[in-house]
Amino acid sequence: MEWLATLGRRGLSLSARLGRASLLMLAMLRGLPALLRRPRLLLEQLLSVGVLTVLIVAVSGIFVGMVLGLQGHYILSRFGAEATLGVMVAASLVRELGPVVTALLYAGRAGSAMSAEIGLMKATEQLSGLEMMAVNPEHRVLTPRLIAGIISMPLLAAMFSVLGVYGGWFVGVGLLGVDEGTYWAQMQSQIDWNDDVLNGVIKSVVFGVVCTWIAIFQGYECVPTSEGVSRATTRTVVHSSLAVLGLDFVLTAMMFD
Amino acid sequence: MIRQPRAKDTLVRIRDLTFHRGTRAIFEGVDIEIPRGAVTAIMGPSGSGKTTLLKLIGGQLTPDAGRIEVDGQDVHALSTRDLYRLRMRMGMLFQSGALLTDLSVFDNVAYPLREHTRLTPSMIRKLVLLKLEAVGLRGAHQLMPSELSGGMARRVALARAIALDPMMIMYDEPFTGQDPISMGVLVQLIRRLNDAARITSVIVSHDVAETSQIADLIYVISNGRVIESGPPQTLHDSGGEWTRQFMQGLADGPVPFHYPAPELALDLFRRLV
Ligand SMILES: Nc1ncnc2c1ncn2[C@@H]1O[C@H](COP(=O)(O)OP(=O)(O)OP(=O)(O)O)[C@@H](O)[C@H]1O
Ligand SMILES: [Mg+2]
Repeated sequence: MEWLATLGRRGLSLSARLGRASLLMLAMLRGLPALLRRPRLLLEQLLSVGVLTVLIVAVSGIFVGMVLGLQGHYILSRFGAEATLGVMVAASLVRELGPVVTALLYAGRAGSAMSAEIGLMKATEQLSGLEMMAVNPEHRVLTPRLIAGIISMPLLAAMFSVLGVYGGWFVGVGLLGVDEGTYWAQMQSQIDWNDDVLNGVIKSVVFGVVCTWIAIFQGYECVPTSEGVSRATTRTVVHSSLAVLGLDFVLTAMMFD
Repeated sequence: MIRQPRAKDTLVRIRDLTFHRGTRAIFEGVDIEIPRGAVTAIMGPSGSGKTTLLKLIGGQLTPDAGRIEVDGQDVHALSTRDLYRLRMRMGMLFQSGALLTDLSVFDNVAYPLREHTRLTPSMIRKLVLLKLEAVGLRGAHQLMPSELSGGMARRVALARAIALDPMMIMYDEPFTGQDPISMGVLVQLIRRLNDAARITSVIVSHDVAETSQIADLIYVISNGRVIESGPPQTLHDSGGEWTRQFMQGLADGPVPFHYPAPELALDLFRRLV
C-alpha cells in the first residue's frame, strides 16, 4: 500500500511540475515583445552560449566524422560500396548524430551553466531585487536565454554536421583512398534537402527548445542554497539527455516512417 | 481607490495580516500603520518575520488573510502592470544587497535609471556618481560586486535603491556589517533622505541603539504579533516586560531566544527511534 501512495504522490508532484513549467514557458513567451526592443540582451546570451559550446561541438564533430569515415569504409568496402561512403557519413550526421550529439553536448555545457547561473541569481536574491526594481526577471533574465538557446542549437548542429563531413572526408579520401569526386558527388545526389536536411534542422530546433526550457526551469525552481543549485545542474543534464534521446526516437519515427 | 494627498497621513496601512510558512504562522492578525514622511522602525528578534513583512509590502509574497495598502492601493489586488508601477516608487535595500553580479558598481546603480527613465548617458552618469558620493563609494564605481566587502555592497545597494528617488524606502537591516564610521554616515543619510527628500523610510532592524536614534515610530513584533508601538522614548521607558527586555538586551524575560522547540531535556534524552 505504501508504494501506491508514493506512486500517487510522485505522479501528483510530476504533473504539478509540468504545469509550472508550462506556465513558465508562457511567461517567457510574453517577454518576447520586450526582447525585440532590446536585442542586445539576446546578443549577449548568444555570445555566452557560443563561447561555451562552439569549441567542444566543433572538436566532437570532427572526431565523430572521422570515426564514421573509418567504420563506414570498413563495412562498405566489404560490399565494394566505398563509393557511397560520402552518403553514409552525411546522412548519419545530418539526420541523427548532428542534432542528437550536439544537444547532449549543449545540455552538459551550456544547459548546466545556465541552470547554475539562474539558480545562483535566485539564491543571492538578484531575481527578487529585479522584481523590486520593477523589472520582470522572467522577461529580463529568462526570455533572452530561451531564445538564444533555440537559435543556437540548429546552428551548432549544422556546424557539427559540416565539420563531421570533413572529418569523414579526411579519413575516407585522405587516408583510405576513396575517390574524392565520388565522395562529394554521391553525397550531392543522394542527400535530399527535405528528407534529410530539413528534418535534421527540425530535430535540433525541438532539442533547442526542450534543453533550454529544462535548464531554465531547473534553475528557476531550485532550492536557493548551494546544494539546491548543484542538484539543479545535475538534473538539467540528466533530464535533458533523457528528453533528447526519447524525443529523437519519436521524431525519427514520425519523419522517416 | 481612495488617494489621500495630505502630507501627514498613512502611507502603508496593514490590516489584520495573517501569513503562514508551511504550518507555522509568521503573522497572526498584525495591524501596522506607517506614516508618510517619517522614519518607522520594525523591530523584533531574529526570525520574527521582519524580512517577510517587507516582502509582503512589496507584493513579492501574498498574505493568507488581511490587506496591505500602499499609498491607498491594495498591493495584492493590483494588476501586474500597476504593481510594477507602484514598485518603481518603492526602493528596497535587501539584507544581502542583491546586487547584479555581472554588472559593475556603476552599472548596478545606473540599472533602474536606464530601465525606467529616458535620461541621456551623461545625465545618468552624473546622477549615479552623486548617489554613490552620498554613500561614500564614488571612488569604487568601476569595481565589480565580487570585489566589495559585505558592508560596501550594502551601501551600493542603498545607492541603487535611491536612484529613482522613490517615495518610500524599505531598509532590511541597514546597519549590520557597518563599521562605526559608516554606521554614523548611514544613520545620517537615512535621516537626511527622509527630511530633505521627504522619503518615507521603513527600517527593519534589531540594532536597538542606532534605530532608536533615528526612528520616529517603532513597532516591536514577536511571535506573529505587534507587541508594542510608539515613539522610541516611550518604548524605552515602557513598563512592558517584553519591550524592556528587548530594548535593553536582557537574556531573561518573556522573549523567546529560541526557535519553538520541545523542552531541551526531552530532546536530549529522547530515545532515538
Ligand atoms: N522561504 C522560506 N520558506 C520557509 N520558511 C521561511 C522562508 N523564509 C523564511 N522562513 C521562515 O520565516 C521566518 C521569518 O523569516 P524572516 O526572514 O522574515 O525573519 P527576520 O525577522 O527577517 O530575521 P532576521 O532578523 O534574522 O533577518 C523564519 O522563522 C523562517 O524560518
Ligand atoms: Mg531578515
